[in-house]
Amino acid sequence: MRQAIRQWLDPRELRRVGTTPDYRFSLANERTFLAWLRTGLALVGGGLAVAQFLPPLPVPHLREALAVVLLLLGAAVAIRAVDHWRRTERAIRLGTELPVSRFPAVLALAVGVGALLLVVAVLIPTGRAG
Amino acid sequence: MTGPAAGPGRPGGPVGEPGRAVERTQLAWRRTTLSSFVVALLAARLALPVGTAGALVAAAALAGWIAVLVAAYPRAVGRRPAGGGRALPLVALLTVGHAALGIALVLIRLA
Repeated sequence: MRQAIRQWLDPRELRRVGTTPDYRFSLANERTFLAWLRTGLALVGGGLAVAQFLPPLPVPHLREALAVVLLLLGAAVAIRAVDHWRRTERAIRLGTELPVSRFPAVLALAVGVGALLLVVAVLIPTGRAG
Repeated sequence: MTGPAAGPGRPGGPVGEPGRAVERTQLAWRRTTLSSFVVALLAARLALPVGTAGALVAAAALAGWIAVLVAAYPRAVGRRPAGGGRALPLVALLTVGHAALGIALVLIRLA
């Protein structure tokens, strides 16, 4: 774990393996990382927006739970983005297969299921407003 | 501004660099820095009503964005550091930091 973090923060570590590829490959990998990071930022921003702009939902504390889940998802996406970038860069330098990942599918499922649950929560009658 | 990517001596090489990879990467860094600014503003807005501690958290959120800006700037304008790579984990960790501030604020406001 500590070694992984040290490797994250020390770019020379990556340069020790393999050969330097065409710079366009590295830049494409970097842009993919940035796109994932913006996905994470969107989730974090969504969580922050839910916490302050959404009126309280029919289910007690559902708003706060939703905000925390979105913030945690955003943080996970950001961390995973670095890890995936690093493994991809390594694979490019060594000329091996690019890493495959279940993460996009899991994230998509989580967002989809979360949205469906929210629809249900919104449709639950409050008993007051009817 | 027509992207400083195309000059000789830049990593992008001569004018008409195939695929505009350098320029597209610069623009991606700018988009990301902008997204991070929005997140920092949202965190600061959530923090301010909390009181003195909230003001400190708001300041921390904006300082976090300044750190993102400093890390991303060389890559957003095309001066790529030879060491490379350190900015990526840094901006990701700062994003995690903003998420952590948000979670703390949600829990504080709940209490």
